[in-house]
Amino acid sequence: MDEQTLLAGLRTAVADALAHANGVLALRADHGGAVPHLFKSGDDLSDLAIAPRYPMAMIVDTLGDAWPEARLGVVARGCDERALIELAKRHQVNLDNVTVIGLACSAEQAIECRCAKPYPDALVVGQAVEGIAQDPRIAELEAMSYGQRFAFWSAQYEKCLKCYGCRNICPVCYCPTCALESDLWVETGVLAPPFPSYHMIKAMHMVGRCIACRECEDACPADIPLTTIYAALHRDTAEAFGYVAGHSIDEKPPLLLSLSGTMED
Amino acid sequence: MDYRNVLTVCPYCGAGCNLYLQVLDGRVIGVLPAKQHVISEGALCIKGWNAAAFVHHEDRLTQPLARRNGGFEPISWDEALDLVADKLTETVQAHGPDAVSFLSSAKCTNEENYLMQKFARAVIGTNNVDHCARL
Repeated sequence: MDEQTLLAGLRTAVADALAHANGVLALRADHGGAVPHLFKSGDDLSDLAIAPRYPMAMIVDTLGDAWPEARLGVVARGCDERALIELAKRHQVNLDNVTVIGLACSAEQAIECRCAKPYPDALVVGQAVEGIAQDPRIAELEAMSYGQRFAFWSAQYEKCLKCYGCRNICPVCYCPTCALESDLWVETGVLAPPFPSYHMIKAMHMVGRCIACRECEDACPADIPLTTIYAALHRDTAEAFGYVAGHSIDEKPPLLLSLSGTMED
Repeated sequence: MDYRNVLTVCPYCGAGCNLYLQVLDGRVIGVLPAKQHVISEGALCIKGWNAAAFVHHEDRLTQPLARRNGGFEPISWDEALDLVADKLTETVQAHGPDAVSFLSSAKCTNEENYLMQKFARAVIGTNNVDHCARL
């Protein structure tokens, strides 16, 4: 589907949503790119945009905190919808107040993101294309010996500038107090951050939560392939607990279940 | 009920990364990377990610202060500029142009920095010009 057809569909869908929502969060063309913007009834929709990706669910969380009663629409890709679901389970967004205007990603985008589900369930604009079954980097890494893998990750994490961009851009990171800012775990004023604890703390918090949007990897100024770790976490969480983050609002994340229940099951 | 993102240049160093300021009802609440920008390409360092932190900070100076009677007193911009001009003239006359120096800033535009060094060299007559990135 070409971009003009997608944009025409998007304009109609946003206009429809604005008939009953107080505002619709969508991308607006800006300075040669596009950025999230809250459109309101009567706004000019000619500068609506499709790309690039931004963590829309994170912004829905912010807007919901600012205006708890507001009815919001959001143009959401598959990853945005999954993030909304995980945030709702953790009581960070109220989905009763949110209308999802689903946008399908193109086959090229799916390959670039190595995305397993490049479309939302609430699909409104575009056509769903098939996802990538498993991140091909996992097989590459698993072909290495333990020593090679350790050396690989050690070299990657050595590049970390400690910008906290991977955490800041993450749509499902919302804790007001972050373990990565605790002197207990991460010493201030020292580069690179401790290996492997810094990145393993983040990885542990991503179990059952990471929705594979790749925003962290995009935001990394050191080009660390962060999402490879999370892809492996995904696979293991699915195998051990049958849990896929963002799949369904009714499934409870394994780390939120009681320990006894989890162990007995 | 207003949420928008405003493109700007990171104020912290000379690299020129672009970033978006997230603005909610007229207040800056955070930063988003500018994915289309040719230099930063959607990434930022820790300074860029925190470039919005000082905007509404309670410790931010919002008007000139003069040290008087053992404390700081708010004064007008006209008063502040007169005071600085008088003290600069006084010091240069008494001790020569190299008795003063000029500190410029990465938070200014190129043109403002040019004017600062021009003023130092051509008007005051000193090469004592330095920059906040070396502080």
